[in-house]
Amino acid sequence: MYPSRFKYETPSTVEEAIGLLHDGGADAKILAGGQSLIPMMKLRFAAPGTIVDINNIPGLDYMRTESDGTFRVGALVRHVDLERATELKDSQPTIAAAAHLVADPIVRTRGTFVGSLCHADPQGDWASCMVALDGSVVAQGPKGRRTIGVDEFVKGPFTTVLAPDELAVEAVVPKAQGVRSGGYLKLERRIGDFATAGVAVAIERNGDVVSRAGIGLTGVGSRTINAEEAAAAVVGQPLTPDTIERAGDLAAAISDPRSDHRGSADYKRHIVATFVTRLLTSMQPTREQSTEERVA
Amino acid sequence: MTSLFEEVAPSEDDNIPVRRVEVRLNGERRAAKVEPRLLLAHLIRQGFQLTGTHTGCDTTNCGACTVLFDGEPVKSCTMLAVQAHGHEVTTVEGLATASELHPIQEGFKDEHGLQCGFCTPGMMLAAKALLDHNPNPTEDDVRWALSGNLCRCTGYQNIVKAVLWAAEKLRDADPGAAEGGDE
Ligand SMILES: Cc1cc2nc3c(=O)[nH]c(=O)nc-3n(C[C@H](O)[C@H](O)[C@H](O)COP(=O)(O)OP(=O)(O)OC[C@H]3O[C@@H](n4cnc5c(N)ncnc54)[C@H](O)[C@@H]3O)c2cc1C
Ligand code: FES
Ligand code: FES
Repeated sequence: MYPSRFKYETPSTVEEAIGLLHDGGADAKILAGGQSLIPMMKLRFAAPGTIVDINNIPGLDYMRTESDGTFRVGALVRHVDLERATELKDSQPTIAAAAHLVADPIVRTRGTFVGSLCHADPQGDWASCMVALDGSVVAQGPKGRRTIGVDEFVKGPFTTVLAPDELAVEAVVPKAQGVRSGGYLKLERRIGDFATAGVAVAIERNGDVVSRAGIGLTGVGSRTINAEEAAAAVVGQPLTPDTIERAGDLAAAISDPRSDHRGSADYKRHIVATFVTRLLTSMQPTREQSTEERVA
Repeated sequence: MTSLFEEVAPSEDDNIPVRRVEVRLNGERRAAKVEPRLLLAHLIRQGFQLTGTHTGCDTTNCGACTVLFDGEPVKSCTMLAVQAHGHEVTTVEGLATASELHPIQEGFKDEHGLQCGFCTPGMMLAAKALLDHNPNPTEDDVRWALSGNLCRCTGYQNIVKAVLWAAEKLRDADPGAAEGGDE
């Protein structure tokens, strides 16, 4: 299998890339890691007239935490870069937990974090993490830059609000309001499979009190789900078995999965509740103690 | 040259200029003129006639087409040949020297790490990438690193043993390397 014919461009600056996208119109596509786009082109689900390969643009492979705690991921940071960045375990626990669960190790050497957000697959793992973290995407077009919250960025399955001549230059995770904990759990039939269901959780605490919480759901709807109500159920108080259970129930309720070869809708909803509960329970500072209390 | 290569490149269509691709393939400079839609796997197999790189699924799932691209394992069925311009590519043909098998190849031989052999080149290159980064892998590390490569003959047990065998042999040959690796 090979793609249909296209013009291949290799810009060396973001501005040049935007110019090429502008000239190519709706028929032009950015090529980042190519791990979603090239398979689609081979299957002729996509047949862009112009490919703008951004891999030769220097300076887009940065990953940095600003002094105020804001975390920025440039457009050419690969999944594997995040997987290898052990320092993220403390500062970005949700992302660190998901990094080794995206696709398989070989796909991860090419696929990019930002490309995954732009692909807007409802099964994409990174979008859920970004939803949980209240992250955003910085897009650059002929008229300059704009910052778009991830929730708004994704318009629907495989569709974003990016204009055809806009390039997503980076993804941004805001600084934590307090001490951040987080995690990602994904049920997959085998490595390299998309999620049967996946849950991203991020919470920020002042002392024991949760000051902010976010929950993103993978693969249980026609788009990444922001389980806002579920997250709100744990905010403003310390995590307790009761608030955790409530969050799990609310997350399951907002899930809208389809029964398919990966499992029934009920099963997937059950997984969502279990994963939310499991993740939040693991973040309780006095987990041992409260389990004992419950048993007693 | 097979028909596929001729069909895809060079192009007759003036609007789609053919591109010159220059790669360092197994240490040697190689060049070709290709149409942008030619996949790296096809350039290697049909263009450069190195048929050790296999295409299995052709849908980015099986890893049989794995080659090293600047030292990192990539699925060559999911990269354009033009993207390799100016880069280093290692295929299974680049593992052995004229007189000696690479320890990874010896390991596959000694531990019966292959049956039909179709997945083997991809397995070996994924294994090489692992051992280059981590000379002291545990069994779990090996299983993890090879989890993007499928073996239709399902001989995983011996593939893992083969890689662990190679790791030991490489450590014995160069005890200093066992301490570090790339990371
Ligand atoms: C076998 C296999 C298994 C996979 N499993 C998973 C999985 O379990 N979970 C998961 O999340 N993903 C999975 N993926 C997808 C993988 O993570 C892709 O890497 C990712 O979806 C797209 O990133 P990319 O850099 O490869 O983008 P590309 O394929 O290059 O591009 C994807 C789309 O985004 C656009 N785009 C890319 N970058 C930009 C940018 N900077 N600005 C504007 N538009 C842009 C492109 O034009 C294209 O439309 C899998 C892929 C494969 C092949
Ligand atoms: S042939 Fe490339 S992954 Fe199967
Ligand atoms: S040995 Fe036959 S596919 Fe692996």
